[in-house]
Amino acid sequence: MSENTQKSDSFEPRIVAFFCNWCTYTAADLAGTARMTYAPNVRVVRIMCSGRLDPQFILAALRDGADGVLIGGCHPGDCHYQEGNYKALRRFILLKRMLASLGIEEGRVRLEWIAASEGEKVQRVINEMTETVRRLGPLRLEQRQMIPAEAHGSAHAAAAHGGNV
Amino acid sequence: MSKPKVGLYWCAACGGCEEAVVDLAEGILDVVAAVDIVFWPVALDFKRSDVEALADGELAVCFINGAIRSSEQCEMVELLRRKAQAVIAFGSCAQLGGIPGLANVTNRRSVMDEAYKNVPSLEKGNTVEPITESTVPEGKLELPTLWETVKTLDQVIDVDYYLPGCPPPVELIKNALQAILTGQLPPKGTVLAPDIALCEHCDRRESKPDKLSVKEFKRAHLTQIDPKECLLAQGLLCLGPVTRDGCGTPCIKANMPCTGCLGPTSHVQDYGAKALSAIASTAGSNDEKEMETILGGIVDPVGTFYRYSLPASLLHRRYQPTVEGGK
Repeated sequence: MSENTQKSDSFEPRIVAFFCNWCTYTAADLAGTARMTYAPNVRVVRIMCSGRLDPQFILAALRDGADGVLIGGCHPGDCHYQEGNYKALRRFILLKRMLASLGIEEGRVRLEWIAASEGEKVQRVINEMTETVRRLGPLRLEQRQMIPAEAHGSAHAAAAHGGNV
Repeated sequence: MSKPKVGLYWCAACGGCEEAVVDLAEGILDVVAAVDIVFWPVALDFKRSDVEALADGELAVCFINGAIRSSEQCEMVELLRRKAQAVIAFGSCAQLGGIPGLANVTNRRSVMDEAYKNVPSLEKGNTVEPITESTVPEGKLELPTLWETVKTLDQVIDVDYYLPGCPPPVELIKNALQAILTGQLPPKGTVLAPDIALCEHCDRRESKPDKLSVKEFKRAHLTQIDPKECLLAQGLLCLGPVTRDGCGTPCIKANMPCTGCLGPTSHVQDYGAKALSAIASTAGSNDEKEMETILGGIVDPVGTFYRYSLPASLLHRRYQPTVEGGK
C-alpha cells in the first residue's frame, strides 16, 4: 500500500499524447520552433484526426505503463474532416464515465482543443496535466490496491494466485 | 481402434453451456458414437481421481466452460490441461470472463458480504461465512479459496480454441465437433465462429441508416420496440456492429437488442472499448451539453459494454483509486 501511494519527488509522470495532425500537432511544432519550454513528460503520437482515436488506444496506453493520456484535436467546427472531433468528444464523454467506474482517476485522461496557432496552449496544457498526474501518482495497474484497506480473512492463498491482475 | 476420449468440465458458470451440449438433441448420439466421454461431472459419475488416472495427453480434447475464480477451479483446469491434447474454451465465461467476470467491478470481500451477510433471504443474525480452513475433532478441513479477480481460461492455462457465445450456438458446436473429428482444425488460437460482425446477417439490416443519429438512448424494458426496424435506429443499445456473427440473431428475432455474448471479431482487442466507441459516436448532436444528456441515457457503461468481457479487457477489473483521486 505504502509503495502504491507513495509520492516521492522523483516521480516523473509518463503521459502519452495523441495529437491530431492538422491542429494540435502543428501547435506542438509551433511551440517547439518558438522555443517554448514545457514539461518533458509527454510522448506525442501523431494521428490524422482526433476522430481516429480508438478508445482502445487509451486503455492500451494505461495498461502498458502510461500514467495519463492527453488527447488534442481541432476546435469544434474546425475539424479538417468536418466531424472527427465531434466523434472524439462523444467517445471521450462516455469513456470518462466508464474509466471512473473502473477506478481510474479523473485527470489521468484529458481532451483539449488546440488550434495550430496555439503553441502556448500546448505548453500550458502539458504543464498542467503533468502536475495533475504527478499529484495523482503512478498508475501502476499491476501493483495497484484492488481492495479496500480492511483485512480480508484468510485470503493469503488467493493473493498468491488471484490477488493480482 | 479405440475412440478418441473427450472430457467436459465447468468452472464459474451458470450451467447454460452444459444445456447447450444437451441442445445438440439427437446429434449427441452421433457424438457418443464417435467419441468416448470419459469426464463430464454434470451428467456422468466420474471423479477427479478418474482424470488423475489418465495418462498425460490421453484426452483428445477437453471442453471447459466457465470463468476461473477459485483455487479449486484453477487446480482442475491445470490438471485437465495436462491430460488433454487440445483445450477448448467453451462459452463466453471461459473465453472472456462472462457474467461472473462482472464481479471484477468489486472484490472478494464485497462478494462474500453480499452472499453471506446482506442478502435479504438470510435468517436474521445468521452471518456464518465459509472459511478456507477449520479444525474439527476429526482433523483439519479445507475449502477452496475465492479469488479477488475473476479470470478467463486463457489467463490461467494455455487454450487451443474458443467457442464463443452465452451459451455457444448449437450450429457452432456441431461445426467444431465436425472439425475436431475430421482433423480439419484452423490454426491454434482461432475462435470457431465467423469473423464478421452480426449486422452482416441481421434481418433488419436494410433499415439501418447510413448515418445513425440517436437523440435518446432507450432501455429495452421501458420501450415498445418495433419488430422490423433496426434496433440502433430506434435508440436501443444493440451491440451487433461490434459483436461476432454466428448465433443466427435469436435475440434480435425475439425483438431484443444484441448484448454482445459472442464477443469481438479477431480485429478487436478490447470489446468494451470498441462497443463504447461505436455506440457513443452515434449520439446525435454536436453540442457538448446535449451530447452529455444523450449519452447520460446509457446508465451503466461498464455493465453494458463489458457485460461478458471485463476480465478479458485491457484493464481486467476495477481498481482502488489513489487517496487523492478517490474522492
